[in-house]
Amino acid sequence: MHDKVDVLIIGSGASGAAVAWSLADTKMRIVCLEQGDWVKPTDYPSNGRDWEARLFGDFATSPNRRRRETDYPINDANSPIKVVNFNGVGGSTIMYTAHYPRLHPSDFKVRTLDGVAEDWPVDYATLEPFFAENDRMMGVSGLAGDPAYPAKQPPMPPLPLGKSGARFGAAMNRLGWHWWPSDSTIATVDYDGRARCINLGHCTPGCAQGAKASTDITYWPQAIRAGVELRTRCRVREITTDERGMAAGVIYYDDKGAEQFQAAEMVIVACNGVGTPRLLLNSASARAPHGLANSSGLVGRNLMFHPYAQTYGYVDEPLDGNHGPPLCLWSHEFYETDRRRDFVRGYAFQFNRGIPSILEAITSTAAGRLPWGEDHHRVYRTLMNHRIGLSAICEDLPEEHNRVTLDPVLKDSNGIPAPRIDYTIGDNSRRMMAHGHARAREILAAAGATNIGTESPILNGGWHLLGTARMGTDPERSVVNEWGRCHDVKNLFIVDGSIWVTSGGVNPTSTIQALALYIADSIKKHLGEGTLFE
Amino acid sequence: MIIPTLTEAEARDLRALAGHMIPASAAYKVPGADDDLILADIVKSLERDFDDARTALAHLAKLSGGTFAGLAPARQAEVAAIFKAEGGAPLHALNRVVLLCYYRDDRVMRALGQEPRSPFPRGHDVEQGDWSLLDPVKTRAPIWRRVS
Repeated sequence: MHDKVDVLIIGSGASGAAVAWSLADTKMRIVCLEQGDWVKPTDYPSNGRDWEARLFGDFATSPNRRRRETDYPINDANSPIKVVNFNGVGGSTIMYTAHYPRLHPSDFKVRTLDGVAEDWPVDYATLEPFFAENDRMMGVSGLAGDPAYPAKQPPMPPLPLGKSGARFGAAMNRLGWHWWPSDSTIATVDYDGRARCINLGHCTPGCAQGAKASTDITYWPQAIRAGVELRTRCRVREITTDERGMAAGVIYYDDKGAEQFQAAEMVIVACNGVGTPRLLLNSASARAPHGLANSSGLVGRNLMFHPYAQTYGYVDEPLDGNHGPPLCLWSHEFYETDRRRDFVRGYAFQFNRGIPSILEAITSTAAGRLPWGEDHHRVYRTLMNHRIGLSAICEDLPEEHNRVTLDPVLKDSNGIPAPRIDYTIGDNSRRMMAHGHARAREILAAAGATNIGTESPILNGGWHLLGTARMGTDPERSVVNEWGRCHDVKNLFIVDGSIWVTSGGVNPTSTIQALALYIADSIKKHLGEGTLFE
Repeated sequence: MIIPTLTEAEARDLRALAGHMIPASAAYKVPGADDDLILADIVKSLERDFDDARTALAHLAKLSGGTFAGLAPARQAEVAAIFKAEGGAPLHALNRVVLLCYYRDDRVMRALGQEPRSPFPRGHDVEQGDWSLLDPVKTRAPIWRRVS
């Protein structure tokens, strides 16, 4: 039994770190429980000669493959897109590409504009100051003036174009389509104690240089200096409630597997769009038999992933391969709804610089391009460092049958029921993916690429876990209100991607963190007004 | 913890199979995947793929009517072709380990013009590229949708 704390945060990833840092200035006693470990820079794969192999081992993107003690299994057999994540201080910001677009203003008004899904109860203008604050905290590189967005000013210059970026830029100009250097959380100059990028190239499974922002090196050092306590290897089993139906605290297992109880005045859940509904469903009680905060029945429903439609080809000169951050450009030419198309909403393109040389051999062998035998060596030399590709990251509309539930059999190492994913790609998304492939072929042709291949959807592409505890003003149609507080439990907040109403067509981390800062700010305002739990 | 190992027969079949996957080449000045050093790395690196590797090798032995390594070279080529078509996920996993070990061998990397080193701490050079390519995009009117 620990002393009661004012604020208990569950999860130390993108949103948990941001909310911890923001609330630290209240001087409340804040504790964060994280099921994973701190990851040292020397642990990252790019330190060793086996750096590509470890992407299939202890730094695999799928927890089912990685199988660290700190991971929990996920039954995603009934989904064409598999969940990827990382469990540790920093969460999945340890294991992401650092591609960092914001949602567009239109993404918050999809019902009003396009008659689909629901409008968000917040808008871009409300979040704008929190986007800017988060850009400063995470350290964003990019270029002001992108016609795809309202004005913004990334604090660092953009990532280099390199050979492949220049080739794509010229191709997009030939087609007359939008492209722009992407916002990225990779430091292009020394920034706030972080060293600049030296193009290790293997960015996704952690940056040994520390140039890629993950919250263990951005928000957390400042939050801890401000007094927040972060406990690692603490896996929360359930949130408990008191006789009034308020959150009383959590039961968790510590690093020795011992059961502990931590009481709290307020609980903030930041476990991502799979971990959060799993925890709420595991917190069922006589008062809440279908899961905590689930009177709407929407906890776990409306799971959105972003189906990726990847298209690639090969050019006749060697390009950058994996040298340099893998993503440096985007196009939002097809982002907004165009009624002449056979789908609503849209997608962004993200352009790939190239892929590592052994991954080229593996994927090309699997695709039948790279033979066994005498001709292997000749063919491989036409492929290695010759690939360019791009992915349409498609807006996934919310559908209630796409959901997270508790698996009746599968459990983690502490015996806690594991999540099960049931997900299908909707018709609108499929038409959007087909459109993306067709446009990508035009782009690759303009870039001089041949020998075109596709992966659709990207199988291990469930990076973005959204929508499973969505926000709204109607308690019957949403789980949390417009500032992240659960309708059912007035001292329980959710700040991760679960609360998204729709998915947009871009990587979500920037908007997840801006929302977390906005919710923290709202908590502080209501705290000051004495209305936090009213 | 007991680390499982391949039997001698499985190891011989794996060596023979690896040589069919990636044979040595005098023209490209590279060893084959059946090279002693590379094969030792493959066997040591099966780890999470050990069960799949063993399943794949059992399938290969069955197709061979005994041991793959014991077949004449021409017959090995025929069986390898069938195995490649039928091997499925277990073969895919085994093939992946072969490729991961082969292409990190110093001799192979040098033959490909690569430096046999880790990415950190030296990193790589990436050219900035021609930023004037962006000039036509800068002249475009905003393309984001206003919501007022």
